[in-house]
Amino acid sequence: MTLDDVLTSLFPDGHEVRNDKGVLLGSATLRSGASMLVLGVADRTALGVDEALRLSGQVLKSIDRGQGPILVLVDSDSQRMSKRDELLGLNEFLSHLAKVLIHADLNGRPTIGLLYGHSAAGALLATGLATRVLVGLPGAAPAVMDLPSMAKVTKLSMDALEEKAKSTPVFAPGLSNLAQMGAVHLTWSNTISLADQLEALLADMPAVQDRRDVLGKERGGRLKAAEIAERVRDLALQAY
Amino acid sequence: MTAPFRDITPAERARSTSFYEASARTRLELLLDAGSFVEFIGPEQREISPHLNIFDLPEQFDDGIVVGHGRLDGAPVFVAAQEGRFMGGAFGEVHGAKLTGLLRAAREIGRIPVLILFDTGGVRLQEANAGELAIAEIMRAVMEARAAGVKVIGLIGGRSGCYGGGGLIAGCCSALAVSEPGRIAVSGPEVIETNRGVEEFDSRDRALVWRTMGGKHRRLLGAADVFAHDNVQDFREAALALLDLVGPFGLERLKAEQERLADRLRRYGACLDAVDIWTAEGIAHAETVPELPADQFIALADRIGRTSRDAR
Repeated sequence: MTLDDVLTSLFPDGHEVRNDKGVLLGSATLRSGASMLVLGVADRTALGVDEALRLSGQVLKSIDRGQGPILVLVDSDSQRMSKRDELLGLNEFLSHLAKVLIHADLNGRPTIGLLYGHSAAGALLATGLATRVLVGLPGAAPAVMDLPSMAKVTKLSMDALEEKAKSTPVFAPGLSNLAQMGAVHLTWSNTISLADQLEALLADMPAVQDRRDVLGKERGGRLKAAEIAERVRDLALQAY
Repeated sequence: MTAPFRDITPAERARSTSFYEASARTRLELLLDAGSFVEFIGPEQREISPHLNIFDLPEQFDDGIVVGHGRLDGAPVFVAAQEGRFMGGAFGEVHGAKLTGLLRAAREIGRIPVLILFDTGGVRLQEANAGELAIAEIMRAVMEARAAGVKVIGLIGGRSGCYGGGGLIAGCCSALAVSEPGRIAVSGPEVIETNRGVEEFDSRDRALVWRTMGGKHRRLLGAADVFAHDNVQDFREAALALLDLVGPFGLERLKAEQERLADRLRRYGACLDAVDIWTAEGIAHAETVPELPADQFIALADRIGRTSRDAR
């Protein structure tokens, strides 16, 4: 779905979401009459220091003045890979955006990510993966890292990587693989109203607790994470 | 050679041990009060990565991270140390879950701080989806722990630096100490070069890598609060100092961080190189910063005085 399709289907009564060079900022009114902060990254834009700071600023403003849930739309590139962004401390800008979203979620502003296009690596960590519930739309194409970069780092050939990618969910790009890990909580349908699906989710938001590792185990994608985390937690609690 | 360490105190041994060169286990042994470290899920339990065999890669019995608890000047601390010599210290499923579990316990207890000794290239690409998600879970767990009053201190000075998602976790910490060889970034030099070309970033230009991502630049920017000498004792003292300095986390911190980062973009957003930023900071002969001995550099950084501990 295109951004316009997504916004029209989510907010049939209209919205005030602007797309400024790939940075989405605005709000919309839900059918219940409640208001929702809407922000995100569109047009497969890379998330660099400038974009991240605008998004975090919008969330902070909304924490002060607004209320209601927060929707993060994602169709991004990876983090912006440039000398300038790293020189200026891109890790802090991306962390800051994630921290602001997590803080909002923990303090009465439940966050929902909607992955409708591409995303990767640091951009996904700072947006969709920093929300309480990450929803995928059919056709979304997340990838932790593109295969050419992976080939460079792992020193494996592109052919070998592409072959393994076909059979290995824990490593291969794609929405269904991330869903199996527990990273994507649910996948919506693009043939029925997104507004209906959003309303249903808001009416039944899961608790604020991070249960993605349990989800990954139930779905068979990450068999060890939940158990290991729980064992370490128990041992640490027993120590004090 | 007979019993060369007989007359050496633990502090002297820690002072003479390079943090950069030491293994994760040696770092913890010398960082904490002597004999106080107790590991959770040690290598004897052989909790290896379930994914590396797909790539015919060797596993390690601790999956490249050591987590546990110990004492620092008598006070209890939780600790996690990544082993940069195993898979570049990268986050995989088991590796990440150990740190997540530790942070979750710290949040429930609420008063015992967490020290994270980063040494990582980021996500372990052979299990990229699990590693990426592990980092997201750790970031969430760090922020939930901090919201519950836990201080989370990052120590960065290892071979693999603190790259990728490791850089994002570091950005979530209450405060950071970094040494000269500690690098903090998201995209590594090779990744930028592969994607954008050698004109954008020449990964073989080591001087460029150090001044763009290295500990000195991060300290001058205020991204790290303490610059440590490359020895374990100095990192121990840095951790103790930061535990004293760090205050409670809350919304005001995030607002201050927004302002701190906006100010950075206003001041240095047009700079093309770290030397331009240092010059704009008012440092005379900024091009000599990379050669400055640690003591002189620390004096300089203290004079510039950029910190982030109240704004992160």
